[in-house]
Amino acid sequence: MNAEMVDAEALKQEQINIKVKNPASNQYLSFILNNEEYAVDILRVQEIKGWDRATIIPNAPEYVKGVINLRGTIVPVVDLRCLFSLEKTQYTATTVVIVMNIEGEQSDRIMGIVVDAVSEVYSVDANAIRSAPDLHGNDTMAFVKGLANVGQSMLIILDVDKILNSNELAQEN
Amino acid sequence: MSIDLSQFKQTFLEESEEGLEVLESGLLALDSGTADDDVIHAVFRAAHSIKGGSGTFGLNEISDFTHIMETLLDEMRDGRREVSQKLINVLLGSVDVLRAMLDAARDESDIDVAQVEKAKAQLAAELNSDNSEAETVATQQEKKVVTEIDNDKIGWKIVFTPFEDMLKTGNDPLRMLTELSYLGKYEVVVDDSKLPEFYALDPECSYLSWSIYLYGEIEKEEIEEIFEWVDGECDLSIQKLSEVLPTDNADLHLKQANIHQQEQAASTTVSKVPEDNPVSITPTKRNKNKGTSDPVIANVQATVDKKTEKVKEQTKPVVNKRKSADSSSSIRVGTDKVDSLINMVGELVITQSMLSQLGEDFDETSLEKLRDGLAQLERNTRELQESVMRIRMLPISFAFQRFPRVVHDLSQKMGKKIELRLSGETTELDKTVLEKINDPLVHLIRNSLDHGIELPAERIRANKPEIGIIHLNAYHMGGNIVIKINDDGAGLNRDKLLQKAISKGLVDANDNLTDEAIYELIFHPGFSTAETLSDVSGRGVGMDVVRRNIRELGGNIDVKTEIGKGTEFTIRLPLTLAILDGQLIRLGKEIFIIPLVSIIESLPINLQYVNSIAGFSEVYQLRDEYIPLIRLSSILNIPSEFTRLDEGLLVVVEADGNKAGLFVDDLLSQQQVVIKSLESNYKRVEGISGATILGDGTVALILDVSGLVDLVRDKKQLSSVVGL
Repeated sequence: MNAEMVDAEALKQEQINIKVKNPASNQYLSFILNNEEYAVDILRVQEIKGWDRATIIPNAPEYVKGVINLRGTIVPVVDLRCLFSLEKTQYTATTVVIVMNIEGEQSDRIMGIVVDAVSEVYSVDANAIRSAPDLHGNDTMAFVKGLANVGQSMLIILDVDKILNSNELAQEN
Repeated sequence: MSIDLSQFKQTFLEESEEGLEVLESGLLALDSGTADDDVIHAVFRAAHSIKGGSGTFGLNEISDFTHIMETLLDEMRDGRREVSQKLINVLLGSVDVLRAMLDAARDESDIDVAQVEKAKAQLAAELNSDNSEAETVATQQEKKVVTEIDNDKIGWKIVFTPFEDMLKTGNDPLRMLTELSYLGKYEVVVDDSKLPEFYALDPECSYLSWSIYLYGEIEKEEIEEIFEWVDGECDLSIQKLSEVLPTDNADLHLKQANIHQQEQAASTTVSKVPEDNPVSITPTKRNKNKGTSDPVIANVQATVDKKTEKVKEQTKPVVNKRKSADSSSSIRVGTDKVDSLINMVGELVITQSMLSQLGEDFDETSLEKLRDGLAQLERNTRELQESVMRIRMLPISFAFQRFPRVVHDLSQKMGKKIELRLSGETTELDKTVLEKINDPLVHLIRNSLDHGIELPAERIRANKPEIGIIHLNAYHMGGNIVIKINDDGAGLNRDKLLQKAISKGLVDANDNLTDEAIYELIFHPGFSTAETLSDVSGRGVGMDVVRRNIRELGGNIDVKTEIGKGTEFTIRLPLTLAILDGQLIRLGKEIFIIPLVSIIESLPINLQYVNSIAGFSEVYQLRDEYIPLIRLSSILNIPSEFTRLDEGLLVVVEADGNKAGLFVDDLLSQQQVVIKSLESNYKRVEGISGATILGDGTVALILDVSGLVDLVRDKKQLSSVVGL
C-alpha cells in the first residue's frame, strides 16, 4: 500500500468521523476571494481544477471567462471576482476553477467558478448559520445564503444556484 | 424453469407499431382507390401477426379485437366484401383503438374499455351490415351450417395433446381451442386421465388433452395454421371425420354431457388465463348449435355483453397509471449496415496490430511505414465513424407517413377537400431530430388544414381549384435539412394579425412594423387568429411551442405568406447533432470552426474590390457580384491580429441562399469535429451553433453562418438607431 492510498484511507475515515460526530451539520468548501472567505455546499462541488486558458465566448458578459473542456463536456467558467465587481487580479498558481452542479429551473447544469484559492472544508451546523444583514446597494448580498462563524473568522455562505442562474446566465425557456 | 417472455414483449410491441403503420398506410391507399391485391394482403398480414403476437403474450383483449378486424380484412382480401369509405373509416378508427391498446400494454396501464367496446361494436356492425355480397356470404354460411348438421361426416377430428411444459413457453391451449371455434361448428372432448391428484398438481403444467370434432368444409391448412404456434410442443393428429371409426362418433354423444364440467376443469388448470376467456367458447358453441348467424359475430356479441357487464361492475375509477415513457428506445438497423461495421472493425484491428508490431522494434527506417499506418488508421476511424452515424440516420418518411392519415381525418371532419403531396421522403436525418420534429410538423399541417385551406365553396368563389394542396417537402441544403410546408390557402391576413396583436397589447398601434415582423407575431405565445375555437387548432398554444421545439434542435422556422395565395413555412434543421466537417480558422488567439459545407471559397482580399456603402457597410466585389463583407472580429467582439483587409483572408460562405464574405486572420486545417452542445451548460449564443474539442484538448466554437448574418443585421439596425 503506498502513501497516497493510506492518505485516501485516512481521509475517508476522517469523513466518516465527521459524519458520525455531526449528523445534523452540512459540509462546506471554503475559498478565498479578495482575502474574504466564501463557502459553497460541498455536495455541489464536482471537482477542483487548476486554472487553464478558457475559450472565449463571443459577446458574452465580461465575467464569463469562456468555456473549458471537462473530459468531453463543455463547461462555462465564471470569474466570481468579476461577477462580484471586485478588483481584478492576475491569475496565479493558486487560482482554481471549482466545478459545480447547478440546479436550474429547466435542467441542471455544470459550471465552473474562478476563485483566488480554495481553503478548507468546514462542518457547519445548520442552526449556526445566521442570515446576512441587509446591506442596501450591494448586489452581491442577493447571492449570500447566510453567514457562519468558524473559529475566529466569518464564513460567507453563497447560494450557487442563485449566482449562476442570474442575469445573463439565466436559462432561456 | 420458465422462460421470461417479457424480454420479447418489447420486440413484439415494436413490431406491432410497424404493423399498425402498414395497416394505416394500406387502408389509406385503399381509401384513395389505388389499392391492389398486394396492399390488401399486406394489411391482412399485419393484422394477423398482431393478433398472433398479442395472443402469445396473453394480451387477449388485443387479440380478440384484432381478430374481428382480421375477419373483415379477410373478406376484403377474398373479394367477398366491397371496400367502402365507411368501412375504411371504421377500420382506421379501430387501428387507433388498437394503437391505444398496445400503448396501454407497453405502459402497463389500463385499457380504455368503453372505447374498445365502441370500436368493437362498430366493427361487428360492419360485419353484419347489409353489404349485398356479405349477405350472400352469410346466407351461404348459414346454409352451410344447416348442411353440416345434416351431415356430420364432413369435417375433421383433431386430437391435441400438449406436452406437459407447453404452458411454460407462453402458449395456451385455450387459444388454439378458441381459434378452432372460429372455423366452424365444433365439439370438444377433454381427456383428463392424466390429471394428477390436486396436491400433486403443478399449475404451470398442462395435463389435459383434447379431441376436437370440427364440422364443415374446412381446409386442413387452416387447422394446421392454428397449431403452427405450438409445433413441436404437442402431439397432434388431424383426421378426416369420414375416416374416423363410427364408434368414435357414438362415444362423442356420451361424453358430451361432461364437456361443460371439463371445460371448467381446464380453466382451473390453465392458471394464467383471464377468467372471461373460457366463457367465450361456450356461447359460441351454443349459438352455432342453433345454427344462427356468423360465428364470429356471435362470439363478438357474447364478449361485448360480457365486457359491458364487466364495465358496469367496475366501481373503482380507472386510474391511469401511465408510466413515464422511459422505455429505452431502439433502432432497427439493416444487417448490411451492421455487416459493414463489423468489416470496418476488422480492418481497424488489423491496422492496430500492424502499428503495435511496428512499435516493437522501431528505427528511423520504418518511419515511412508508421506514416502509412497512421494514415490507414485515420481512414479506418473515419469510415467507422461514418457508418456508426449512418445507423442513426433514418429517412424522413418515418415522420411523413403519418400525415396522410391526419389529412384524411381532418379534411373529412372539416368538409374540406385537400390533397397532400409529399416529396423528398428519402431525405435522411438523425433519429433524435426525427423524433423531435414530428410534433411540430403535425401541428403545422393541422394549422394549414384549419386556417390555411378554405372550404371548397370559398375556393371556387376565389377562382381557385376546389381541391386545396398541402405540399410537404424535405431536402438537403448546405449543412441543413430543409422541410417546407406549403399550402395554397388563404394566407395570413396582415391587418387581422396586427389588430389582434394590438388588442392583446402585444404591440403598440403606433409601432411601425414590417410585414415580416407582423407575420412573426404568430409565433408569439397565446396568439391565435381563428375566430372560433375548434378542436383542431385555434387555442393559441402551438406556434410558440413549435418554434421552441425547433430551436431546441438548433434549427429555425420562418413563414412566408401572400394573402389569397397561400402560406409557406420553412424549417431548417441541422443534418445531424453529432459530427461535421469543419474548416478551422484563426481570429487573434482564438480558433473557430466554420462548417465546410457552407464555405464556397476562400481568397486573399484585393483592396480595390472593397467598397463601402453608407459609410460603414463594406461590400466586396466577387467576380460579377457584390457580397457583404463581415469582419468577424467586430461581430464576435474578439480582438483580431489584422485590421487591414489585405493582411487576412476572406472566406466566402453561403447562408440561406445568400453569400457573404467573412474576414478572418488565417485559415488552419480542415477536420471532422464532434459537435458538443454549448446550451446544455451555458445557453444559446447568437452566431455560434456549438462547440467542439480539438486535438490538444482545448475547446473551439463552431460558427453558425446564418446566425452570424442575422447578428450582422441586428448590429447594423442597432447602430443605425444609435446613430439617429
